[in-house]
Amino acid sequence: MQFLLLIYDTEANFLNMTPEQVGAMYQEYGKFTQEITAAGKHRAGGQLKPISSASTVRVRHGKRVVTDGPFAETKEQLGGYYLVEAADLDDAIAMAGKIPSARTGSIEVRPLWVHEARADSAKG
Amino acid sequence: MDFEKLHREESGRILSTLIGLLGDFDLAEEMLQEAYATAIQKWPADGVPANPRAWLVSTARNKAIDRLRRDRCFDTKRDEIARYAESTVQPDTDATDEMFPDDRLRLIFTCCHPALPTEAQVALTLQTVCGVTTEEISRAFLIPLATMAQRLVRAKRKIRDAGIPYRIPSQDDLRDRLEAVLLVVYLIFNEGYLASRGDALIRRELCAEAIRLGRVLCQLLPQQPEAQALLALMLLHDSRRDARVSSQGELVLLEEQDRSLWHREQIKEGTGLTESALRSGAAGAYAVQASIAALHANAKTPMDTDWRQIAGLYDILLRDNPSPVIEVNRAVAVAMGRSLEEGLALLDELEKRGALAEFHVLPTARADLLRRLGRNGEAADAYRQALALATNDVERRFLRGALAKIES
Repeated sequence: MQFLLLIYDTEANFLNMTPEQVGAMYQEYGKFTQEITAAGKHRAGGQLKPISSASTVRVRHGKRVVTDGPFAETKEQLGGYYLVEAADLDDAIAMAGKIPSARTGSIEVRPLWVHEARADSAKG
Repeated sequence: MDFEKLHREESGRILSTLIGLLGDFDLAEEMLQEAYATAIQKWPADGVPANPRAWLVSTARNKAIDRLRRDRCFDTKRDEIARYAESTVQPDTDATDEMFPDDRLRLIFTCCHPALPTEAQVALTLQTVCGVTTEEISRAFLIPLATMAQRLVRAKRKIRDAGIPYRIPSQDDLRDRLEAVLLVVYLIFNEGYLASRGDALIRRELCAEAIRLGRVLCQLLPQQPEAQALLALMLLHDSRRDARVSSQGELVLLEEQDRSLWHREQIKEGTGLTESALRSGAAGAYAVQASIAALHANAKTPMDTDWRQIAGLYDILLRDNPSPVIEVNRAVAVAMGRSLEEGLALLDELEKRGALAEFHVLPTARADLLRRLGRNGEAADAYRQALALATNDVERRFLRGALAKIES
């Protein structure tokens, strides 16, 4: 079976950490990623940029509507994800608008941090 | 050299070019500030360069290259920017416009990206494209300076973090994205035109900036009738600026305005642009609104107003953009063009539906028609109802005045 492990935390706490604390946390994450990679269990993972960088895409009456901010309604449930490579936000929005559920639900578009060497260990 | 004027008129174009060259809003703004500082120091002694704009671009770019070299931060992106910018280095004094692209369209589309909140799109466009300072924007929108500054910082951060491209949208997206740009321009205009709060001079500036933006859009996107139509609409509304407020700062109704104060040249230009937008085929919402404004502006007296045609135009507008406010306007046009009773019946129906229950617009329009019908008692009731809902000082004064008149 495959599982998606979603990481929820208070963003402000992370932003208020000292560089040492951040370093220690990344180290711990790196260690965990290595463990599950060594066990052959790691498929994909990454760190999202702050929620302020989020956009939401919906298609209604055949028209694509883009809004600032994360998906914010509670009556819909997280039903899947795509991790995609896009040239820029417009490229990502164009793909999001073609996802079938954009017509009935919402697609939250979140950029990921791409750390050079360090993130590679986090990504495995 | 009037540096303030230079900044207002040229900073948008200069900044757009610099962001294109440097790929970074903050760096471009900072370097432009430094280039201004150098200009203020040098020009009075050395003379103003042949092309101040190109001089400022090349000076700011050279400063950016120096900065990037000094930082040498093993950042490949920055190295790339420095190499690219260096490849076009020319002596400052010989700088010409041909050396640098006019990137204002890219800047406008980036600032009006739908992934930014609308109020941030408005502020960012005013700041970067129009060269309005953060302080002036905060005063114009009556928002604390710190809040406005934060809004701008957040917007720029989102552009960077979310990967909003510095680009004119593809042909597929152009229509929708242009709609967003035009909305921002119209919001800026309306903030200046409709708001009765705040400093009159600042509001006047906002209208002027919106019209200037409209002109830039028409110049850079000559094939877009809706851009033409929006410019026409703004010119036609703005042509009444000296007649619509009395010397005591009171609102003057259209039919009571001194039409000799209307700016004829602006009406002529706005009417010409409206006709040209209509000729291009599919008339959008701005073209229809501009047509209505042109019919009002070209009527020599209130009696000469072609209300029947105006009612027909509101029909078209309603078909594409159903809205109770437009229904009120249409009912008034019907009342003036066909019969007061017919118009009043349309307003009563709107009221029965419970439309616009929290706004003064509907009772104000009803009061006016009842007054015209000589039903003063009912008119007074409607004015009182409007007064209870109106929040704006100028409108409240107007309503109290109208109420006093029929009660006397």
